[in-house]
Amino acid sequence: MARIQIITLITSLLFLAYIAWLIVKGRLREEYAIVWLICTVLLVVFSFWQDGLKKVTALFGVEVPANLIFTGCIFAIMVYLLHLSVVASKLQQQNKQLAQDIALLKQQIPNHDKHGAE
Amino acid sequence: MNHQPEVLQRVLIIIPCYNEEAALPSLLQQLKQLTPPTGYSFQFAVINDGSVDATAQIATAAGVIILNLPINLGIGAAVQTGLLYAQQNHFSLAIQLDGDGQHPPTEIEQLLRYYEQTNASLVIGSRFSGIDSFRSTPGRRAGIGYLSWLAKLLTSQRIYDITSGFRLFDEKAIELGAISYPDEYPEPESIILFSRSGLEIGEVAVNMQARQGGRSSIRNFTSLYYCAKVTLAMLFTAIRKLN
Repeated sequence: MARIQIITLITSLLFLAYIAWLIVKGRLREEYAIVWLICTVLLVVFSFWQDGLKKVTALFGVEVPANLIFTGCIFAIMVYLLHLSVVASKLQQQNKQLAQDIALLKQQIPNHDKHGAE
Repeated sequence: MNHQPEVLQRVLIIIPCYNEEAALPSLLQQLKQLTPPTGYSFQFAVINDGSVDATAQIATAAGVIILNLPINLGIGAAVQTGLLYAQQNHFSLAIQLDGDGQHPPTEIEQLLRYYEQTNASLVIGSRFSGIDSFRSTPGRRAGIGYLSWLAKLLTSQRIYDITSGFRLFDEKAIELGAISYPDEYPEPESIILFSRSGLEIGEVAVNMQARQGGRSSIRNFTSLYYCAKVTLAMLFTAIRKLN
């Protein structure tokens, strides 16, 4: 096994363990973890399958394997960032509705604000 | 029992406030001294948009309706909260008046009179049209001019003071606003929304004053960023599917 393979493998496994730990601790929702798990699995696969990258590169008609990696990664990151923006927008909308409901409901509680508005 | 010849029209005066402790006491005092025109009754609602100063205490002490938003949501969502309250409590009209003292309460009558004459669903109190008590910077005027032009392009109606936050909503406008009042820069954007929903929009000249405290919801008005954002919001409101 080449040195780079070992490094990649260890890094991937550590990353995988970290993701698992985050999920176990409840700090990462499974739905968001899927993307990261797929990425890690891909890394592991390619660290074993040395010729794989060359074959995939040839398949796409790209000349240098590194270019395929960078293009693929950047595209994946962009898609994921867009997805996160959509999630944030949805959260903001829900947040707004919650705050408005709270304000309206609090107003209905008699004398609420006389005992100290925030 | 007294028999009233005419049903009293209940008007909710919506005052969105974000850190307005400087201007609010005198504004509330002026509002309470106001005599509603015949046929109308006024109620006042301060929408405290997550202020960190004494805004809530001042409003509570004044005995007006207070809606405390637990976090700062921005002017659009604050006004929408007021519209939701108006809708849930069956007010027939709502008037938005900024908490910074820019909109003299005495001018409310102008909006009501214009509404009576035209029955427009949305009446905008305009600082232009021959009144120069309010001074604006040239950049700001250019920005407003541009947005006004864009709105004309999208709705084929000319609204001069397109960023004015002094406005009257009738029942139809309250209903629509409660569902989908735009968030961030609601004034120009909502004009497109109301117009597309087939609501009539009118504009009447009112007297305005310089703000007495607080900060404009439209800071850096002349910045390219603001203009780009509002332009985008207006364009998307123009093509978005209406609920």
